[in-house]
Amino acid sequence: MSDEPARDAGYDDFLDAIAEGEPYYLECPEGHGSLPPRQVCPDCGASELSESELPEVGTIVAHNVVHVPTPRFLDDTPYATAIVDFGPVNVTGQVRGLDPQDVENGQDVTITIGETETDGDRLVVFEPV
Amino acid sequence: MTRVRVAGGGLTHFGVHPERTSRALFGEAGEAALEDAGVDREDVESVFFGNFMGELAEHQGHMGPLAAEALGIDAPSTRYESACASSGVAVRQAVQNVRNGEADVVLVGGAERMNNLPTAETTDALAIAADDLYEVRAGMTFPGAYALMEDAYFEEHGGTREDLAHIAVKNHQNALGNEYAQFQKEIDVETAMEAPPVAEPIHLYDACPITDGAAAMVLVSDSYAEEHDLDAPIAITGTGQGSDRLALQDRDELTRTPAAEDAGAEAFEDAGIDPDDVDLAEVHDCFTIAEALAIEALGFFEPGEGIAAARRGETTATGDLPVNLSGGLKAKGHPVGATGASQVVEMAKLLAGTHHNSDAVADATVGVTHNAGGTVASTAVHVLEVVE
Repeated sequence: MSDEPARDAGYDDFLDAIAEGEPYYLECPEGHGSLPPRQVCPDCGASELSESELPEVGTIVAHNVVHVPTPRFLDDTPYATAIVDFGPVNVTGQVRGLDPQDVENGQDVTITIGETETDGDRLVVFEPV
Repeated sequence: MTRVRVAGGGLTHFGVHPERTSRALFGEAGEAALEDAGVDREDVESVFFGNFMGELAEHQGHMGPLAAEALGIDAPSTRYESACASSGVAVRQAVQNVRNGEADVVLVGGAERMNNLPTAETTDALAIAADDLYEVRAGMTFPGAYALMEDAYFEEHGGTREDLAHIAVKNHQNALGNEYAQFQKEIDVETAMEAPPVAEPIHLYDACPITDGAAAMVLVSDSYAEEHDLDAPIAITGTGQGSDRLALQDRDELTRTPAAEDAGAEAFEDAGIDPDDVDLAEVHDCFTIAEALAIEALGFFEPGEGIAAARRGETTATGDLPVNLSGGLKAKGHPVGATGASQVVEMAKLLAGTHHNSDAVADATVGVTHNAGGTVASTAVHVLEVVE
């Protein structure tokens, strides 16, 4: 046992892949997309999941501006979070590179990894194209 | 299959009671329920207890036995956790327990202590009802999650923050005179509109407060009610439950709540009723947009029509379908693990004519409760009817 917190297999690998510029999602033989960790496809239960390349550009389908955060984001407010449609999967993250008030649905974004202001924890970040 | 009667219900005051443990709160509500029912505690054969964040707020797990102990009941007791639907799900388990003949008398309810934590920590505790990996670590709070649903609703259906303000005004109005409610204060649309943002587009008056409190009720079989000559005119005639993918990002639509649609359809079929038969409803308005989504999911309004129902007067106390005559989560308060049970307690009183707002629904015979967990990834719906 290490005193360091354990990695979350699958999830941390997904973040690593984004950081390396090669993000992926999981695809089943029926073509359903999902995000790791997965033993089976949540749509159909298929167990043959392969890694497919995540499209480079996604579109914001919903967003907010958070003013009252959890302790891990105390120094980050106000910030915009968004759900972004990449086609086979949607991904949730923080929008940066824009004033939070200027974020709009329909905006095209790319995915990257950033750090929180509060603790330096890494998180999914979207940047305008 | 035996019919399940509400023999009695009890509530603590819903409000800011940071010094009171959930076991003490539940003891008060349960004691009131037993007294109201006129049922001997030794007759209780099983206890069903809802609680969400006991580990984080009170460093306490394994709360089932504590709940029974708090009432001096020596019977099997289990805690149910489904986020904000914890005690709605517990009620469903209790109903099924009586229906299948396992027990003639059960006690069900829930309790939550929340105000003993600083606001940021309560926000953190509530957020664990969302997907930790993909939502919480991205900075999503619970108001933030509903803000995403509200934003998507505006995008798809239109509607305005002012429509939603009318929901808040209505529910505050309904809570006037409810001795158990956290807020007994009238508000106006202008005040709601000018409140500070929590997670835009959600502002302070769109959100329910942070609440400590407990609710409990005694459910009995028809035969027990007859044998003991109980005054129990209300029956739970329908129960339904639905689940959805936990994270918003994994759902097909952000503007519908299929878990509530499924739970509602199942409960209505179970009771043999249609949405048109329903006279009043208590729904899970943790945020004003949630009330709009709830009354659409239950089939009372078409998608896109629920948001302005309060503004049109259709869901006010004098409307065709009064919604949240208790004050709802918005004004009555939302002690998370107690909320689902409290809705059933309030509904039974509304139908029995013993609620402060019963006069508004004097001829009502059918009521529905809708209790949602997370961003409606869990939902329990119950149908209550006047049977005597």
